[in-house]
Amino acid sequence: MSALIKSSLARKVVMALSGLFLVFFLGQHFVINITSVIAPDTFNSWSHFMGYNPLVQYLLQPILIAGVIIHFVMGFALELQNRAARGVRYVSYKGSANSSWVSRNMLISGAVILAFLALHFYDFWFPEMAYKYIEVNPEDPTRYLVETAHKFEPMWRTLLYIIAFVLLALHLLHGFASSFQTMGVNNKFSSGIKTFTKIYAIVIPLGFIFIALYHHFNPITH
Amino acid sequence: MKLTLKIWRQKDASSKGKMVDYSLNGVEGDMSFLEMLDVLNEELINKGEEPVEFDHDCREGICGTCSLQINGEPHGPDRLVTTCQLHMRKFKDGDTIVIEPFRAKAFPVIKDLIVDRSSFDRIQQAGGYISVNTSGNTVDANAIPINKHAADEAMDAATCIGCGACVAACKNASAMLFTSAKVSQFALLPQGQVEATERVQNMVRQMDLEGFGNCTNTGACEIECPKGISLENIARLNREYYSSSLKG
Repeated sequence: MSALIKSSLARKVVMALSGLFLVFFLGQHFVINITSVIAPDTFNSWSHFMGYNPLVQYLLQPILIAGVIIHFVMGFALELQNRAARGVRYVSYKGSANSSWVSRNMLISGAVILAFLALHFYDFWFPEMAYKYIEVNPEDPTRYLVETAHKFEPMWRTLLYIIAFVLLALHLLHGFASSFQTMGVNNKFSSGIKTFTKIYAIVIPLGFIFIALYHHFNPITH
Repeated sequence: MKLTLKIWRQKDASSKGKMVDYSLNGVEGDMSFLEMLDVLNEELINKGEEPVEFDHDCREGICGTCSLQINGEPHGPDRLVTTCQLHMRKFKDGDTIVIEPFRAKAFPVIKDLIVDRSSFDRIQQAGGYISVNTSGNTVDANAIPINKHAADEAMDAATCIGCGACVAACKNASAMLFTSAKVSQFALLPQGQVEATERVQNMVRQMDLEGFGNCTNTGACEIECPKGISLENIARLNREYYSSSLKG
């Protein structure tokens, strides 16, 4: 067991499992967000539940933040190690001949997603923490849709979100299927897994783009 | 055909290398890539210059000795061939060809285009063997029933010639495809079960010690492997490693 903790394969498992956890969270986040378009009252009530349920706030939220930190820190650490493993760089390196751009540039898509998360936290998480725990405002189960829609009024923010979702799609196109390979799954189910992960990688970010655009073009004026 | 060759020249392991340009005439399409380098070296020797050092042995695509990163790809632009089996008909008159050694911290350059791939030997020595009694009462391997599918997969893994193209192609200089082939060829067979747990643990540990990078599943190794070793072997290595770790 101690050998597992020290090995390169253990680091890959950490990347794969934290990535799968974040992919699962993304799906759950999307399900809640899409209700802001198709069922506003449901969006408000679900958002209120997520914001005030002690299990979500004090157990799941810290686990999620830990998952994000682990995935990013391990990703950057592995990238540094991988660069050192090459030593002298090639004068000519034709990566496009044997691998996809997204698979070779997970660091770029990951860095954009990290920058997006900073903006996303600035937009939603920090104000929410301030509202509840610093200003100690009373609970208001009706405020979430208005707050969310309001954020997408400026075109610049909507565009930044769209760019981040495109990079998220690229990151998932490689990362989601890749995590199964890392966990040792390469068998008769693999083609089905690859198809499912590719559909997920495109549909979920496209859905987030749709939600951002919907709120941008349908501002709540009252 | 006339070619411009940009070749990495490095006097020895401790010297700093550099790319040097050569112009070469009279290259025939039927020449192998190594024969083309032979022609260049004859010219260099006749001019009193130091020939370009490169690895080669069987020149039949089976020994795994030849290497070379050619125009950014290990063993050049052709698929499922080693450099010795790459023919000059794959290039056009007037082409510029960039020729470099396989690059990895675990494959240090010895001279010019020759790299030290003994790190692969050490991974193999760490567990790439089985216990077979050879002292007079050897059991015929064919006497042991083996599932046809498993035998085919083991044979496919065993076709790895250890050339290092997987490491050279990988953006992380990872040796996972090589190590996984060497683990798989035994993991799939009953003869390999005796040392199964220690084998995968020891070979992965040695792979890490040698300073290879981590696999990020780009699949470049599988595409560039002259023997078509599949990524399924890496998934198998992962499974073997996790299960052996849990066994303690």
